[in-house]
Amino acid sequence: MALTTVPDPTRRGTGSARAHAPHGVAGRIRQSEGLAGYVFLSPWLIGLMAITAIPMLLSLYLSFTNYDILTPFSEVEWVGFANYERMFTSDPSYWHAVRVTLTFALVAVPLKLAAALGVALLLNRAWRGVGLFRSLFYLPSLLGGSVALAIVWVNMFNRDGAFNSMLALFGIEGKPWVNDPDWALETLMVLAIWQFGAPMVIFLAGLKQVPTELYEAASVDGAGRWRQFRAVTLPMLSPVIFFNLVLETINGFQGFTAAFVLSNGTGGPVDSTLMYTLNLYIKGFTDLEMGYASAMAWVFLIAIGVITAVFFSTGRFWVHYSDGEDR
Amino acid sequence: MTTATAEAPVTGPRRPRAGRGQAVRLLVLIAIVVVVLYPLFWMIGTSVKSQEEIVSNIGLLPKEFTPGNYVDGWTNFDLSFGRFFLNSAMVSLLTVVGNAVSCLLAAYAFARLRFRLRGMWFAIMIGTLLLPGHVLIVPQYILFRSLGLVGGEWPYLPLLIPQFLATEAFFVFLMVQFMRGIPRELDEAAKIDGASAFGIFRHVILPLSRPALVTTAIFSFIWTWNDFFRQLVFLSSLEDYTVPVALTLFIDSTSQSAVGPMFAMSVLSLLPVFLFFLAFQRMLVEGINTSGLKG
Repeated sequence: MALTTVPDPTRRGTGSARAHAPHGVAGRIRQSEGLAGYVFLSPWLIGLMAITAIPMLLSLYLSFTNYDILTPFSEVEWVGFANYERMFTSDPSYWHAVRVTLTFALVAVPLKLAAALGVALLLNRAWRGVGLFRSLFYLPSLLGGSVALAIVWVNMFNRDGAFNSMLALFGIEGKPWVNDPDWALETLMVLAIWQFGAPMVIFLAGLKQVPTELYEAASVDGAGRWRQFRAVTLPMLSPVIFFNLVLETINGFQGFTAAFVLSNGTGGPVDSTLMYTLNLYIKGFTDLEMGYASAMAWVFLIAIGVITAVFFSTGRFWVHYSDGEDR
Repeated sequence: MTTATAEAPVTGPRRPRAGRGQAVRLLVLIAIVVVVLYPLFWMIGTSVKSQEEIVSNIGLLPKEFTPGNYVDGWTNFDLSFGRFFLNSAMVSLLTVVGNAVSCLLAAYAFARLRFRLRGMWFAIMIGTLLLPGHVLIVPQYILFRSLGLVGGEWPYLPLLIPQFLATEAFFVFLMVQFMRGIPRELDEAAKIDGASAFGIFRHVILPLSRPALVTTAIFSFIWTWNDFFRQLVFLSSLEDYTVPVALTLFIDSTSQSAVGPMFAMSVLSLLPVFLFFLAFQRMLVEGINTSGLKG
């Protein structure tokens, strides 16, 4: 199950190895195992340094410079907090992108999770064809992140798209939704919600873990369907809800592909789909303001860290772990 | 496809009687399936409609079957679309190899070997799980470019090198979780027989880790095949383009005449993922269950 606590390799780890001095055969085995450990870990370690840590530090440094890829490193100018100042005080497009991203996540993530939970509850009680339905609902999660599907989506919500054809059946006149600044982001939200299958599968697995005795007991106590849902299902499912919430929120903040395809890389119409990551891409790779883009990346990283921390600190009040373990 | 009988009946007293409630539930589910699958059918239908019909015919099926869109799309650019497919296939397959090998090695170290600072490294690995890739793209681009690897002789190196260095922490985590399920007695027995850490890896862990390797391979292929951001950043000339980057060229030419071919190539580009889905759907669904992986 996804929600078992993160494994802790330290339990049988370095502590005990150090406690017993490396004497004799056992000691030699431990020593060679320690060496082997680092041999097996070396690709990951190199990756951590070269692909993650060093770029992170470089990006931190660049965020205090006016680096654009064109000037050589030797001529890079240290500008102090100028990039951060510009971001927070004098760049309206930055705050606009923050607003777009927050709106997207605040609307799309809860609706997606609600759809996922609702369908999971329906499926959990069905006794036939669960596997088939589960797979079909999951399919959009596999395809939805692609450029191809974003293209389809944009056309579906365009003037002559399928959505307007459907509205026409009810006598409603549609509009080119994707070209309307008031509606473009909404079409991207629908695309995100359409991919409810991945969290749904996780909900289904969670529902299977709820002991049926709890429902029996609740039923004996005279609890109806709704009461059972509130008193048994929701608390028992809260770790899974929490997990999906954290994961989907972080993913929601990073939406890029669909916004790029809809706006042809501009964030339009009228900046209505200027997601944070798209804004970062434009600043870094279109305007070549890599110092500024680095500052944006660091603020993004810190924001995601803070949001995750807030989730985990509030989770303690509503996430129920039945094994009494406190995370 | 999974057959209905493969799923055991839901046990316990919650099993609903096959009555009206069940029928309603089934109808609701079928309605949701129709809504969910509609965009996919519409995509396929549009890909074989003539330009005229794309605008006028609101139905799913074309009145006049127009497979010519596939030919037009395939030859729409100076290069055949097949080139982009080959590029995508190469990047995806090499990514699969890189992830499978490097993540397995790291996972074995984390799951089975005792060494100094293991706890700290493991915590860092878990930390990188939530690290957004977009944060690192600018400095990575600068570093790879300063090494002459961006747009270099073989422009896929910036895409592939990270994959051979186990930077996809999800897979490391998935494999660690899996290896924890392999009984330690097997290691101990091999150790008594004189096997070293390498021997245990080769003869015990590697053969038993096949299911985790397969899951990693499938997800790794699909994610890379669908990935757009990194390929957009690192690939700069037409002949190196992968399918997702090439597809965006259709958007640039916003002329209405390109819609049919654009849809045709979109359908083709989703085909490999769809085939994977058909072949491995059970495994994919179980895969996100065991690890919480995103699809």
